[in-house]
Amino acid sequence: MLTDLLGFPPQVLFGQLLLGLINGAFYAVLSLGLAVIFGLLNIVNFAHGALYMLGAFATVGLTTYFGIGYWGALILAPLIVGAVGMLIERFLLRRLSGVDHLYGLLLTFGMALVIEGTFVKLFGSSGLPYAPPPQLTGGVNLGFMFLPWYRGWVVAAAIVMCLLTWYIFEKTKIGAYLRAGTENPQLLQAFGVNVPLLTTLAYGYGVALAAFAGVLAAPITQVSPLMGSNLIIVVFAVVVIGGMGSIMGSIVTGLSMGVIEGLTKVFWPEASATVIFAVMAIVLVLRPAGLFGNAT
Amino acid sequence: MNLKKILIAGVSVASLMCGAASAEISDGVVKIGLLTDMSGTYSDVAGEGAAVAAQMAIEEFGGTVAGAPIEIVTADHQNKADIAANKAREWGDTDQVDAFAELVTTSVALAVFEVAKQQNKIALVSGSASSPLTGDACIPTGLHWTYNTRALAVGTGSAVVQEGGDSWYFLTADYAFGEALERDVSAVVEAAGGTVVGSAKHPFPASDFSSFILQAQASGAKVIGLANAGADTVNAIKAANEFGVVAAGQKIAGLLVFMPNVKSIGQDVAQGLQMTVSFYWDMDDETRAWSQKFFEKTGKMPTGIQAGTYSSVLHYLKAIEATGSDDTDTVLAKMREMPVEDMFAKGGVLRTDGRMVHDMYLAEVKKPSESDGEWDLLKIVRTIPGEEAYGPLSESTCPTK
Repeated sequence: MLTDLLGFPPQVLFGQLLLGLINGAFYAVLSLGLAVIFGLLNIVNFAHGALYMLGAFATVGLTTYFGIGYWGALILAPLIVGAVGMLIERFLLRRLSGVDHLYGLLLTFGMALVIEGTFVKLFGSSGLPYAPPPQLTGGVNLGFMFLPWYRGWVVAAAIVMCLLTWYIFEKTKIGAYLRAGTENPQLLQAFGVNVPLLTTLAYGYGVALAAFAGVLAAPITQVSPLMGSNLIIVVFAVVVIGGMGSIMGSIVTGLSMGVIEGLTKVFWPEASATVIFAVMAIVLVLRPAGLFGNAT
Repeated sequence: MNLKKILIAGVSVASLMCGAASAEISDGVVKIGLLTDMSGTYSDVAGEGAAVAAQMAIEEFGGTVAGAPIEIVTADHQNKADIAANKAREWGDTDQVDAFAELVTTSVALAVFEVAKQQNKIALVSGSASSPLTGDACIPTGLHWTYNTRALAVGTGSAVVQEGGDSWYFLTADYAFGEALERDVSAVVEAAGGTVVGSAKHPFPASDFSSFILQAQASGAKVIGLANAGADTVNAIKAANEFGVVAAGQKIAGLLVFMPNVKSIGQDVAQGLQMTVSFYWDMDDETRAWSQKFFEKTGKMPTGIQAGTYSSVLHYLKAIEATGSDDTDTVLAKMREMPVEDMFAKGGVLRTDGRMVHDMYLAEVKKPSESDGEWDLLKIVRTIPGEEAYGPLSESTCPTK
């Protein structure tokens, strides 16, 4: 067996593949939000990591101050953070519509620094603990690895959310409006569609996806003000590989990059932080628009 | 000569002497440059709290030493060696800074050592852990105060081996500190008859540890040693707990854990975890009194790094007071001559390789039921004598010792 020759029994590889898929689920949800925002607003949303962090903090806050458990937070935290996102779009980002992408990038990057800095000041950098919901503690022995129920749930929830988003954007009327809005906002406006409202909603939805990933992450990682900045660069690489703005591209690339990273952790752990960027470089050389992007 | 004249003469002589003393202080001010992580992963264990602790040492002197005012300047080095080196160089060259303090993160300490060596200035390292700072990488003016990887290895490493944890697998942060820690713990484990079956070097910082935990699980080692710190340690312990590693019989050894980390893991998960500490707020009346004062200023109990920063700055100022000079060589000689006596260290000795040798402690995280309050987290289970923790000077590989 090839795997045995490399010194890794197949069980180890299966385990790592599954774990890669779990991490990939996070990448998929986060990069999907970025893709939605880029597609509609043409904004490279550097505040995405900070908003993901806000989702996790909202979860802890809802539990600590309002006694609302994980399941309630799963619905409420994305709604709250999504609303914050809509305010950001309405009062800050909208002022930058029509100017170069770079301004949006700078504004959102600045916002990320302010939000993270404020949270470090308020809560410290060590983070807060958050226990998984009681229904999902423990796990199941799959033979090749022990799978915590919670991680299984994360993959399932993330994939359902991704497919739902894909369905909304590709198969519904509102999705058609959104896609039309990207193509030609003036024409769509002329047909009587409220494009600015549509844009606000789309940004709110992208942000809510980030917050949703934040809720999923809360019981796994420490809920810390810096949790987003550690992840966001990788997620950007995923978006670039998939093709900016492509919904299905983000989902597929997110999951597969998780798997590639997982395998790298076995064969060459030191390189696991860079492998996605190596892939990004290769993709940019061969297909500058990304794997699923439109070259036009 | 009447009494009045004698008095006046005495006062003039005394004032002349004072004048002479402060003339020994270069630029008429003692300036300490504190470089720390104010915003990143170590800002809780060092950060603002370290600056407060240094300020507390200065306040004990009433803000002046040997007739000269004491000033402190602080900067955020963001855990980046180049930022730290540039700031230190600027402080030393143009801002009359006499000594550098705190310096968390090994790469930062190493970079500032280069500057301190060129400028012949004292570097009071508190937050960095790597033992090579007083070994191969030592400089004559570099002082390593609070702890080091060897002491952590001796403390936690031997305790775990003694309890039967004789085969180890390491999860190691892929930078100078992680390597130093793995090396020092491996030496302790092997000396005690144990074996190291392997290690995985993970990126720093790593957000997900499940993959590395699974590899550690597959190794079959009895102990998974975490040669990392901060968020990495917290996430690794959480993942180990989630993947049932502990329930399946493997033991987790957190080799560098701080009190804020215990809080963020959650006491129910962290209970029973052993850790080597240089300081705990609840050890005796002195530590409690000092920590209470610290708490009033920051709203948090101090970590060892913060208490060690206080101790190093205090000892530095004591040496200036005693010699009336801020000349590096004079102060350094006095710092070595005087024992380190304060609430942090009792009878601490500053060696010629730069190591400050003082007792360390093996602590255990209390069960939630044993805890009296939010900060009642640890119990001290053993005092590790300084000599045992840091080894004899003869073992030091510092070329200038």
